Amino acid sequence: MINKLIISVAESLLMARWRQTLVAALGVTFSIAMFIALLSFMAGLNDLLDGLILNRTPHVRIFNEIKPSATQPIERDSAYANAHHFIHSIRSANSRQWLYNSGAIIQSLKKEEQVLGISPKLTAQVFFNDGSVEITGVINGIDVNAESKLFHFNDYIMAGSAADLTKIPNSIILGNELAGKLLADVGDVVVITTSKGEQFPLKVVGYFQSGLKEIDRTQSYATVGMVQKILNKPNDYITEIQVKLKDVNQAPALAKRYAKIYEVDAEDIQTANSQFETGSSLRTLISYAVGIVLLIVAGFGIYNILNMMIYEKMDSIAILKATGFSGSDVNKIFSVIALSIGIFGGIVGLITGFVLCYIIDQIPFSTPSLPTITSYPVHYNPTFYIIGIVFSLITTYLAGWFPARKASKIDPVIIIRGK
Amino acid sequence: MSEIVLEARQINKSFHDPVTAKVLSDITFSVNRGEFVSITGKSGCGKSTLLYILSTMDTNYEGELLIDQVSMRNKKETDLALVRNQKIGFVFQFHYLLNEFSVLRNVMLPGLKLHKYSEEEVEQRAMQKLKTLGIDHLALKKANLVSGGEKQRIAIARALINDPLIIMGDEPTGNLDKKNSDIVFNIFQQLTEEFKQTMLIVTHDQSFADRTERIIEMQDGRIISQ
Repeated sequence: MINKLIISVAESLLMARWRQTLVAALGVTFSIAMFIALLSFMAGLNDLLDGLILNRTPHVRIFNEIKPSATQPIERDSAYANAHHFIHSIRSANSRQWLYNSGAIIQSLKKEEQVLGISPKLTAQVFFNDGSVEITGVINGIDVNAESKLFHFNDYIMAGSAADLTKIPNSIILGNELAGKLLADVGDVVVITTSKGEQFPLKVVGYFQSGLKEIDRTQSYATVGMVQKILNKPNDYITEIQVKLKDVNQAPALAKRYAKIYEVDAEDIQTANSQFETGSSLRTLISYAVGIVLLIVAGFGIYNILNMMIYEKMDSIAILKATGFSGSDVNKIFSVIALSIGIFGGIVGLITGFVLCYIIDQIPFSTPSLPTITSYPVHYNPTFYIIGIVFSLITTYLAGWFPARKASKIDPVIIIRGK
Repeated sequence: MSEIVLEARQINKSFHDPVTAKVLSDITFSVNRGEFVSITGKSGCGKSTLLYILSTMDTNYEGELLIDQVSMRNKKETDLALVRNQKIGFVFQFHYLLNEFSVLRNVMLPGLKLHKYSEEEVEQRAMQKLKTLGIDHLALKKANLVSGGEKQRIAIARALINDPLIIMGDEPTGNLDKKNSDIVFNIFQQLTEEFKQTMLIVTHDQSFADRTERIIEMQDGRIISQ
């Protein structure tokens, strides 16, 4: 009841100056709307850029790295245990690139609970013959179904169909830059030469565009079996197992575990693409900083208007105090005024922010490097809305705090005598 | 025997800015229930200053102030606000209504603050007070749309809403013409006679003071006759 009284007094003071109140609330609305639009747009952009690389990158890559043995024979010799070893020009004795027991590893990984899916891969360095010119390139042998499901392979196919790789024998999908260089249309045949000198004619069933020119210029895809045939290897020969996890954050821990269990090398996505993480977090940081600055500016607006209101309403405050309202009641009245500006402005701001995001989402935007994108990216995240409203309440409360304190300290005697 | 509602014991007050000047010295007097007292004196004799001390709004003084036989010394600001709300009704020289509210709401505010009665009851009581003062037809008007004399009567109704122990007035007729002054005085007189309402009115209007039951005269911060 007392609170109801305070709210009703606050309301009348607000309504008596509704124009200024509206301007103050609009300041909050504007800043919250911009905060949300900015963060949503920035997060959308982050998702897009991350998607460019991270969506196509396995969370854990299992492979065999060619490197010299960590413990050299001399170090095992007890006669020189305490000596310093000068060894130069060490060579890697073990040059096998393929994964032993790949079948068993895949079976075992598939049983793991954290694993979403697995896609085997092997690569072959080849030359594409274009008349007398030879263009270096890479053929990736993939499991088309798994690759499409886990790494959105289908999204990047510009012409033809990924499924044709499995249906048509001796087929290949080229990067679009590479296809352009070779003047190869869908249905044409390109000839490749392996490093061992063998030649294969392959039928082009499509081309893809990844958005990264370097990849589009050199990479091509065929089935695992086809590449094994090109390399003249048995059908358990694969050089890499790509693992997609249910939770990407577990990648570093699991990569370490797999490396130990299967005695292979395993690299997690965070290590492989640390620069993307940094970029994303910096962009997010900048958008938060700008958004918070906007809110603080709005807070100063509220501070000003409340201060003015207190000067105008000195008499009213004095009379409220003379008739029995205590300092803390007056303080509450002005805090309620500030907070209601914050709540009203904030909620309208949330709606405006959402509408702004929706509008941005509709603006057409196409770039050759991102074939699946048709409009500006926007990420709708309820967290931004929660942060926005919480922060608007905090700033308006703080902006109201000083004027409210000042109002509560007004000495009614001075005002009443001063007339 | 009449009981004492307000008592001042040895009240002293000095202003220290810019130089120390004593404005009140050794003010000692008491007001009994149902008395109609006026404090008079020339401008600057300290009568308003005294009233603000007596009303608990000014706490910067030496001496003892008892309202309803309770000392106001060492009371917290919120407790003093409660005392003002409950036991004191104010009428100022300038009406000091809240322009944002209707007349009725203005009268109701201290009652709502006290929260002794429900909102409906407070409204009813406020209407009754307005009726007693003959201004119930103004109840729903905005406070800034009524005349000066009417405003002062509304302020009296507001002072009465919580059935205060004492009504204090600071030059309540100072800003009114003869006709309205008479109306206000008659209201005060009616309140003391019919409702045994205690009144303490500061005024420099000698004709007003002469018609009250008891006159406390002040000069240079001292009471010279009471």
